[in-house]
Amino acid sequence: MDLKEKLVSSFMAFENNVDIDHFVHDIRSEAIKNFENKGFPNKKQEAWKYTSLNSLLKIDFSIFPKEVNALEYKDVKKYFLHEIDTYKIVFIDGIYSSYLSETTHDGVDICLMSSALTKPMYKAVIDTYFNKVASGEDSLTTLNTAFSQEGAYIYIPKNKAPKKPVEILHFATGNEANLMLQPRNLIIVEENAELQVIERHQSLTSNEVLTNSVTEIYAAKHANIDYYKVQNNVKSASLIDNTYISQKDTSTVKVHTFSFGGKLTRNNLNFYQDGEHVNSTMKGVSILGEKQHIDHHTLVHHRQPNCESHQDYKGIYGEKSTGVFNGKIIVDKIAQKTNAFQQNNNILISDKATINTKPQLEIFADDVKCSHGCTIGQLDEEALYYLRSRGIPKKEASALLMYAFANNVLESVRLPALKTRINKLIANKLGVRLGFEL
Amino acid sequence: MLKIKNLHAGVEGNEILNGINLEVAPGEVHAIMGPNGSGKSTLASVIAGKEEFEVTEGVIFFEGKDLEDMAPEERAHNGIFLSFQYPVEIPGVSVTNFMKTAINESRKARGKEDMPANEMLKLIREKSAMLDIDRRFLSRSLNEGFSGGEKKRNEIFQMAMLEPKLAILDETDSGLDIDALRIVANGVNKLKSKDNAVIVITHYQRLLEYIVPDFVHVLHEGKIVKSGNKDLALELEEKGYDWIKNEAVV
Repeated sequence: MDLKEKLVSSFMAFENNVDIDHFVHDIRSEAIKNFENKGFPNKKQEAWKYTSLNSLLKIDFSIFPKEVNALEYKDVKKYFLHEIDTYKIVFIDGIYSSYLSETTHDGVDICLMSSALTKPMYKAVIDTYFNKVASGEDSLTTLNTAFSQEGAYIYIPKNKAPKKPVEILHFATGNEANLMLQPRNLIIVEENAELQVIERHQSLTSNEVLTNSVTEIYAAKHANIDYYKVQNNVKSASLIDNTYISQKDTSTVKVHTFSFGGKLTRNNLNFYQDGEHVNSTMKGVSILGEKQHIDHHTLVHHRQPNCESHQDYKGIYGEKSTGVFNGKIIVDKIAQKTNAFQQNNNILISDKATINTKPQLEIFADDVKCSHGCTIGQLDEEALYYLRSRGIPKKEASALLMYAFANNVLESVRLPALKTRINKLIANKLGVRLGFEL
Repeated sequence: MLKIKNLHAGVEGNEILNGINLEVAPGEVHAIMGPNGSGKSTLASVIAGKEEFEVTEGVIFFEGKDLEDMAPEERAHNGIFLSFQYPVEIPGVSVTNFMKTAINESRKARGKEDMPANEMLKLIREKSAMLDIDRRFLSRSLNEGFSGGEKKRNEIFQMAMLEPKLAILDETDSGLDIDALRIVANGVNKLKSKDNAVIVITHYQRLLEYIVPDFVHVLHEGKIVKSGNKDLALELEEKGYDWIKNEAVV
């Protein structure tokens, strides 16, 4: 039985096991039908031309976690941003770990999707927001919707800001053979409220792990959200991240995606500007080696006037790694005075590494500023010579130049502890000796 | 210290240096002057080991070692320093961190441990004070958005930090106003000793009023066509380069 059949045929059994609101049940049933019709995406589809799921779909994944597995904090501490105090929502093999988590209901809700989907007190919010911005027909999203049960639920009421940032961590232990995970997050930040989130998927096993994650984010008027994705996984782990963001007037949402590994990573990052004077920022650093693959698909849909979007993605590809950047910008006719900026710069450090980069602009308004640029290159010889003439050997000089190339994406990271952490990840990945403070 | 014998070098088959002979001893200051395109910067780059240039004939010895197969970093480790005419901008690496890396890599090449942080800090303070460099400047990205004068001053700061045996200043005076020129020249003079040597490459005599050379060489079409003392520089300033060119033809 292939993975699609397995998923579809398991749906009934899965639904019988979960106590779920009727409204959500309808959404799920609709979603599984949708997925059944469409199936997994394939390379014939334009959006999946350079990313093939074929080899993953042949793997026999266990699709429901059966056991509750425990982890010692000391064994996984390094995956947390332990230098600072944070709220934590932690899942082990898809199951919530209360032991490793720190949730709150103190003025804000930072808790679990499973509670939000079942408890009456959340019903109004679920009815309003669940599967709304993500309601399209993307087959992987519908698959997640059909099985949505667990994940992070964050609700920040008007004028509030949580006392500390929120970490969302997903661990895979490998206690069960090849595992498929489908976390579902819902994040609502009301008017003039703020939120900072750090999300990480971490496999602790050499067994195959496939995560198909969906996150819906709603930024109300004048809300401010920083969302950081740390993708530094082991080479047997793959991630498909589907993130949907709806922004109202004068809200600001910044999503940073730091990708340093994993077998296959696909980021579908979708911004919908549903208000005026919205600011949407997407930044990414990808540093890949071996036969790793990453695919960044971004969409910014400018649906109201006077909005901005900024995209800055940088990639360093070594060995036989492959990268894709596809940045789609749609400017509706009504969205005059849009300012959309997109930049994708890449360095290939091996003859066998590949990058496919493509801007995709669909502009229907006439008074807009849209700019895009992409570069693919090697290291600047003159800069290398300059560093070497100061006594820095070629290898170290190259690493330092790549470090510098990637590093400037970090300027907009507002959490100093995270910035330091990412700096170290970049330096480690590139083999830069940090004999100095950053 | 430096012995160049019959040096021919060029890029992609075009010969730019056409038989250079030059000897520099410790404690000496040599000026190399010449019109544009005479090969001054190429000579500097070849000594520093820029791979783009190919040496087709002749040899360069530095303290008795043949430089031919030495990478630029090895030349630096042996005590050769080139102040670039156009220093490269390196966003994301601060001046301080760059200097720490450069110094510790040189120490590593000599089998020494990293310089202790407090010692490094002291050295940075001392040298930046000497060159009148603001401390805020040191945390900026290397050369990024620096004015012409700041770039050149930063080159001399690097020289001060690395304490080379042979420093080659390639058009360090270009783009400097008179105050900056004086600061840079004072810095170079303070670093001068009986054990190290300086080669000043310049188009104009101006810098030589501050860094007084023991020898002046005129380069034309890849050859040293005339050598003399500091008076030669004054003569060039007065008469221009044409009489040298004519003399060379004769």
